[in-house]
Amino acid sequence: MTEQGGQGTGAVSGAQSLVTSLEAAGVTDIFGIPGGAILPAYDPLMDSTRIRHILVRHEQGAGHAAQGYAAATGRVGVCMATSGPGATNLVTPLADAHMDSVPLVAVTGQVGAAMIGTDAFQEADIRGITMPITKHNFLVTDPADIPSTIAEAFHIASTGRPGPVLVDIAKSALQAQTTFAWPTELHLPGYRPVTTPHAKQIKEAVRLIKDARRPVLYVGGGVIRAGASRELAELAALTGIPVVTTLMARGAFPDSHPQHLGMPGMHGTVAAVAGLQKSDLIISLGARFDDRVTGNLDSFAPQALVIHADIDPAEIGKNRHADVPIVGDCKEVIAQLVARLQTEGADGDYEQWVAFLAGVKQSYPLGYDAPSDGSLAPQYVLERLGAIAGPEAIYCAGVGQHQMWAAHFVGYENPNTWINSGGLGTMGFSVPAAMGAKVGMPDSTVWAIDGDGCFQMTNQELATCAINDIPIKVAIINNESLGMVRQWQTLFYNERYSNTDLHSKRIPDFVKLAEAYGCVGLACESPGDVDATIEKAMAIDDRPVVVDFRVHRDAMVWPMVAAGTSNDEIKYARDLAPEFDEDDL
Amino acid sequence: MSKHTLSVLVENKPGVLARIAGLFSRRGFNIDSLAVGPTEHPEISRMTIVVNVEESPLEQVTKQLNKLVEVIKIVELDGSGSVNRELLLVKVRADATSRGAVLDAVQLFRAKVVDVSPEAVTVQAVGNSDKLADLLRVLEPFGIRELVQSGMVAIGRGSRSISERPQRPVAVPAPPMAI
Repeated sequence: MTEQGGQGTGAVSGAQSLVTSLEAAGVTDIFGIPGGAILPAYDPLMDSTRIRHILVRHEQGAGHAAQGYAAATGRVGVCMATSGPGATNLVTPLADAHMDSVPLVAVTGQVGAAMIGTDAFQEADIRGITMPITKHNFLVTDPADIPSTIAEAFHIASTGRPGPVLVDIAKSALQAQTTFAWPTELHLPGYRPVTTPHAKQIKEAVRLIKDARRPVLYVGGGVIRAGASRELAELAALTGIPVVTTLMARGAFPDSHPQHLGMPGMHGTVAAVAGLQKSDLIISLGARFDDRVTGNLDSFAPQALVIHADIDPAEIGKNRHADVPIVGDCKEVIAQLVARLQTEGADGDYEQWVAFLAGVKQSYPLGYDAPSDGSLAPQYVLERLGAIAGPEAIYCAGVGQHQMWAAHFVGYENPNTWINSGGLGTMGFSVPAAMGAKVGMPDSTVWAIDGDGCFQMTNQELATCAINDIPIKVAIINNESLGMVRQWQTLFYNERYSNTDLHSKRIPDFVKLAEAYGCVGLACESPGDVDATIEKAMAIDDRPVVVDFRVHRDAMVWPMVAAGTSNDEIKYARDLAPEFDEDDL
Repeated sequence: MSKHTLSVLVENKPGVLARIAGLFSRRGFNIDSLAVGPTEHPEISRMTIVVNVEESPLEQVTKQLNKLVEVIKIVELDGSGSVNRELLLVKVRADATSRGAVLDAVQLFRAKVVDVSPEAVTVQAVGNSDKLADLLRVLEPFGIRELVQSGMVAIGRGSRSISERPQRPVAVPAPPMAI
């Protein structure tokens, strides 16, 4: 291990070494809660002028806040917790970050080294527990290892396919005396992410792109994480190939762009689903052929060849055979595709295909029926929210119907403005994630779009927001039920609504709850009041705002491909299958 | 399904075995046999893992293994290009009347007796799985009281080595302030 400079190498506690290491790694914000085993670290943390520690109300909130922070800024999010229950409360955010490739470092206290393995008070083997849900994790018992471990953790979290890294540090290591020395080099012989694509593969991909008649750019969250939106825009402009953006990639390509077919998948637009399903070439960029996108895999895009570019080689060919595998960072991959297409001439003939999809898009636009009783349509709320808060705002969603409506109806123009729990599907993600996003991007308007079910899982962080001057805005899409589950009960369980009625128009009173937390509480239940309510919320910037949008409870998410069925079985609305004029192809 | 032998070089750090075993179990891959031990480099251990999978899941296994930060290198060893050995210790019933016949069998397989008592002998044998299975078939009629077998270890034939050349370390970005 080579060490940086001779500065700061006096005798310090392991705890001081940890805080200085976090500073050296560039950390400016930490979300966490102290407790016995991590307590030594909180003492020097109090004196750090570079790090702001935000005391959350539940460790799960700290983890999701770090995720929101990372997703909004592109920097590594950091959370801190004590041993045992503190650490196990981070399990859900770590699993979530692992699924959605969010760069995260979690620092946890562990019982003293001599106590490990004795079932000591607040002992949990968090390294063992989080092995399957972290990119990597460490247990530090020697205080001399603290700086190099922190440096390695940040390197691993932020490079290659990003992901969460947990550093568990024994209390004895935090208390012991050590010397601080920041490393200049890391020795990670087994960690060599490939970022530059192979020229031969790029050449082969370009050949397929030029030969294809029905190509589609299948854009996944990797394009967002790689910061490759500009390169994607160039590739799309150069080739004219239609684009679909997955749930994780919303904002990677402007929704307003005529080439954009929208989101594919179980609740994708008809045009995006058809764009994949009927294509002869899928150009997958940082996407992973998730089951929610492909539907029944055997019947997915049966005529398509696949170019699969991903920084993680294990994703390539995992679910769908790749005819041209490309391992590399999306930013480099797309830039090289553009460069080669410019040299060779992007002369593919996709005219008929583009016209066909434009027809599908026109025939089957996103839409919804306003409730006949004059009550509020949730889709309308999100449409207006997107229009009023605009594409510069950041939107963080929970999981369920409101997430799908938010994905469709807000309208995204910029990367890192849509933050949600895609892979794990964690209800309760939105409020803490919005808190983290707002800390990372204090000048942006940040809206949490939440369901009434989700909101009741993590709304304790409103206290954190109110006290720490983190003025997020929360739109509760209150349909007084676990709406997505209820939708499945409507469609597949003969309208037997087992345990999905939350009664949340009655209990709790969200307006009073917001006020109790020091936030402004607003309610809205008629379409005529929506704009005024949103504008009122937009005008408040000194406190968090919670708006209880009391919406029609029977609204459903359409289009829909029922789980396990083929994308060919997509329904535009209940019992309404789209008709394609395939003679045009 | 077919058997594949993977030689996996890993960093010699605590928890590596748990990571690898956990990966196999959570991704639904079956381990037939696993052996771990030191190598010529003290900081590197070598695992020999025999898996029973088809070709395409095998590719997933190696890719997923490669993602583990502490896994340095994976090489698949094929049967003809490598030497495979397992170690067997077996306690066979052998009294004064049967001991001679047991010892004949032991000699036939070039195995060794490593412990003797009035009622039993303990036999040590080294070989590939077929040879050990044959030996056991011969010893079985005498009565097998106890047996223990190691996982397979394997090494490629010829002079080439799979051990890594030392790699260049990764530079750490300078801290944003004087430290």
